[in-house]
Amino acid sequence: MSNPQQLRYSKEHEWLSGAEDGVSTVGITEHAANALGDVVYVQLPEVGATVAAGETCGELESTKSVSDLYSPVDGEITEVNEDVVNDPSLVNSAPFEGGWLFKVKISGEPGELLSADEYAAFITG
Amino acid sequence: MTDAPRRTALDATHRALGATMTDFAGWDMPLRYSSERDEHVAVRTRAGLFDLSHMGEITVTGPQAADLLDYALVGNIGGVRTGRARYTMICEAGGGILDDLIVYRLADQEYMVVANASNAQVVLDALTARAGGFDAAIRDDRDAYALLAVQGPESPGILKKVTDADLDGLKYYAGLPGTVAGVEALIARTGYTGEDGFELFVRPADAVALWEALTEAGQDAGLVPCGLSCRDTLRLEAGMPLYGHELTTATTPFDAGLGRVVKFEKTTNDGDFVGRAALAAAAERAEANPPRKLVGLIAEGRRVPRAGYPVVTADGTVIGEVTSGAPSPTLGKPVAIAYVDAAYATPGTEGVCVDIRGSHEPYEVTALPFYKRQK
Repeated sequence: MSNPQQLRYSKEHEWLSGAEDGVSTVGITEHAANALGDVVYVQLPEVGATVAAGETCGELESTKSVSDLYSPVDGEITEVNEDVVNDPSLVNSAPFEGGWLFKVKISGEPGELLSADEYAAFITG
Repeated sequence: MTDAPRRTALDATHRALGATMTDFAGWDMPLRYSSERDEHVAVRTRAGLFDLSHMGEITVTGPQAADLLDYALVGNIGGVRTGRARYTMICEAGGGILDDLIVYRLADQEYMVVANASNAQVVLDALTARAGGFDAAIRDDRDAYALLAVQGPESPGILKKVTDADLDGLKYYAGLPGTVAGVEALIARTGYTGEDGFELFVRPADAVALWEALTEAGQDAGLVPCGLSCRDTLRLEAGMPLYGHELTTATTPFDAGLGRVVKFEKTTNDGDFVGRAALAAAAERAEANPPRKLVGLIAEGRRVPRAGYPVVTADGTVIGEVTSGAPSPTLGKPVAIAYVDAAYATPGTEGVCVDIRGSHEPYEVTALPFYKRQK
């Protein structure tokens, strides 16, 4: 399992891309997707919604459990991934690519985010 | 204080296969090896291999073994012929279910009782407490057996490659001693998946060799190792109850829609058995004025009902509770087993919802099971 170097990571297991025009993409990590098992339902925030770092903005349902989805940053939702709503298994099959969840226009300094290496150390504990 | 989880004889095998492990009733068990949906589909269409060594085996022997079991359990155990098995329950004197069991009659005076892992000690204690006055011995055989299961339509073909035992003559709910892949086994045509399949009770020291032989024998047929996660969705689709969910000490067999397992007509011990009076009253109550009934629910949407979620009407009146729920790979929709008020239990009843974290999601009331294999 490898965590892309160019991304930053939260301790809630989201990844955050670098900002293009102030907009970053958010998903959950492969580690989190594996821990959840087969994802069967994804509820994402509405476009235009304001999200806050560390607060719930959706949910991910797998065969055995339901987990809250958090935003790693403060900001406004500019786009959500309809493909993953229609096919939640993308979260498992391509967590860092086609399984991205939403795009957010960051409104403040991100909180405590980890580098790929720091995240790798965090999950191996 | 916590004890370290117990490990089965196949523990190293599971880890080598990359299984995700989980604590289950004090055992460290494989939850899944790859995708639980793929494992589920493999059992429905080809075959799956399970390690069920956490199940609790108790051997009862002696001239009055049948009489003891007839007294201690609700079923007619003396009427089980040698080589056959019976699904039954052990109840409290008040009628509440202590566990559901499979009892194999291995010989005229020898039975093997298989209890759920979480209840094995409870069952052992209850049988021991109920054995007074009977010429019978109870042996704790939990450490004497590993249990492997091959389940799915390809399972007879796979097993035939590694045994000369007469599988065609082995009926559903029957078991016979034999040799599988050179290993002594009790071969039983039982399972918990809704498919044809076999359960193989073997010495723990033989478990790895048997697992490897079955894996090799099943390679061409698409056999895959399967964990507890798909076992739960398989049994849920097949409408089979799970202890701690559909069955509890607060429930009698009649409340669970399984009153047929209680045999009031048995003649041993002058017809007496533990729980008889309370169960007779429960039978009458369930017939005349059923409080809640066990039904199936099929989701119209995609959100998954979970055990403990309220079943409600559209206006939010609570009419029941979900006992098990999961996305059904076979139906392609979330399904649930739930206790609902009798007035809402008829298949097709409209206006039934599940409260999924505050949102009332519509459900179709249906009879169980959700899935029945084609024979």
